[in-house]
Amino acid sequence: MSTNHNGSAGQSSDREPVRKTYKLYVGGAFVRSESGYALRQNDVNGAFFANCAKASRKDLRDAIGAARTAFGGWSTRSAFNRSQILFRLAEMIEGRRATFVELLGSLCGRDRAAAEREVSTVIDRVFWYAGWCDKFTQILGGVNPIASPYNNFTVAEPTGVVVLLAPRSAGLIGLVTALLPALAAGNACVLVADDDLPVIALELGEALATSDVPAGAVNVLSGTTSELLPHAADHMDVNAIGSFGRGADDERELGQRAASNIKRVAVFAARSHDEWCDASAQSPYFVERFVEWKTSWHPVGV
Amino acid sequence: MNQPSKNSSSGQSSDSGAGSGNGAGASHRTGRAPAGLPAITVDARAVEARAARFTRRSIKNEAKRAALAAAMSMVDLTTLEGMDTPGKVERLCRKALQPGLDPRLPRVAAVCVYPTFVAHARQVLEGSDVRVAAVATAFPSGQSFLDVRLDETRRTVDAGAHEIDMVIDRGAFLAGDHARVFDEIAATKEACGAAHLKVILETGELSTYDNVRTASDLAMRAGADFIKTSTGKIAPASTMPVCLVMAEAIRDHYRATGVQVGLKAAGGIRTSKQAWHYLVLIKETLGDAWLTPDWFRIGASSLVNDLLLQWERLDTGRYQSAVYFSND
Repeated sequence: MSTNHNGSAGQSSDREPVRKTYKLYVGGAFVRSESGYALRQNDVNGAFFANCAKASRKDLRDAIGAARTAFGGWSTRSAFNRSQILFRLAEMIEGRRATFVELLGSLCGRDRAAAEREVSTVIDRVFWYAGWCDKFTQILGGVNPIASPYNNFTVAEPTGVVVLLAPRSAGLIGLVTALLPALAAGNACVLVADDDLPVIALELGEALATSDVPAGAVNVLSGTTSELLPHAADHMDVNAIGSFGRGADDERELGQRAASNIKRVAVFAARSHDEWCDASAQSPYFVERFVEWKTSWHPVGV
Repeated sequence: MNQPSKNSSSGQSSDSGAGSGNGAGASHRTGRAPAGLPAITVDARAVEARAARFTRRSIKNEAKRAALAAAMSMVDLTTLEGMDTPGKVERLCRKALQPGLDPRLPRVAAVCVYPTFVAHARQVLEGSDVRVAAVATAFPSGQSFLDVRLDETRRTVDAGAHEIDMVIDRGAFLAGDHARVFDEIAATKEACGAAHLKVILETGELSTYDNVRTASDLAMRAGADFIKTSTGKIAPASTMPVCLVMAEAIRDHYRATGVQVGLKAAGGIRTSKQAWHYLVLIKETLGDAWLTPDWFRIGASSLVNDLLLQWERLDTGRYQSAVYFSND
């Protein structure tokens, strides 16, 4: 790439470029890390690209608090309305297509065609999950056959506050694949992007901020996942953790610490970039990993 | 009695730039106040800057536990809802006696209820030193006939209330009828007998810091044992700058007369962090003599659960969830 996304191309050489610092997206606002630490994002050639806020334990706690506050409103919206909002998110990513294509080129070294393909897959995947918002309950829940005068229903409800540990080095598709199943189910989410590609995650935060996803329903942090993982797993107000391609050590630690409040831990194995893009990386059964089942008995034939 | 701290805002010019209450402002007497009451102009910018500094003290873990316990011991656990029932009040009293399972946790200072629940609260709290405070005088508006308000006060004290939280007539105060407000406070104090009188200024309706200062001075001269920020029914309720103005009024009153008056911050204090900001404010404005449940109170309901959450977090190292604590 000859141009720098941060804007020095085409400028006269005596002009000092105004570089963008990428901030965390917490509770609907863009915040610097409470810790003051930053991550340096290099481009694919190792040259400086941008500074990003590096989330600390306290930022994680703030994000979880924001998610808890947002959960009630987000989970009780009608499923159809959640569907509309996720579709709006797909529109917003489409509107930022050029930015994402350029970032995938500069930061991941994808050629233009591959970057365009990835962004298209991302948009299609968001749209696909948008469609599932008001359909997965029919597929996964049901009316249970019983031998007494009751109607017996099993319905899926969102688990609550979910922390999603996005896969490393998986570009935009990895982030969206980690986020959307839990979000479509009506959970309030904290998406943690690892320190290798923070810019792409925080750019996604900007797309989320301009979609109609309510403040706090999705929070985006960039930081060193291995540092944040124990605090997320210990936090008593987190109801589920989605771990995407973290490896055996992290998964064991997650399992042990999550026992404190019996968090749901959904582990997804590592995949190659092509495999994250593949249709096998999206499924209503991924949504099922982030729901709780409620069975209700209702008298009939009185 | 201990001297108030010398380390107060007017004495810390290097820190806050200017004293807010009795510093430069104190010399500007406007002459609007009634007989004998100096009108003190409060420097709003200085007060806000000074109040903001209290929120930036670094509090280490060992100090945090002490601060949590201190805050807990100063809480007036409050329920003032139209939907209160004897059952709700009883639950509140049980919580006041034992806020959490940890025996190291202190009980709270008092419960604060409507007059009709005083007798029931006294019964539940029998044998403990948790006080029963009740709001009287047509709370929260204060808009009723004086004899009705005084009668309500007497009957509430007769029912067993240790402390009466009265509201001032803000309408009269804002109309400039300070003498009437003064007389009503004095009459209510008389009606209280042995019970302590807390005077609610409802600072959210007083518009300016000057008014807060004047109302504080007025209430103290009329015999208030405590001055209290808010009813909790009006936003904004208690804020740090308003509390600072009131604390400075208390300090100046103490220096002038030797009479110690307490401060109660009520409304909007929901987190442990906010609570210890207030403790810092009291410590640095009034000193240790005021840092006891006898002289400083926090009127709150949800704060207690947050104190418990943070207490638990200190013990376990894990951030806690509200779902594991009783919801009341």
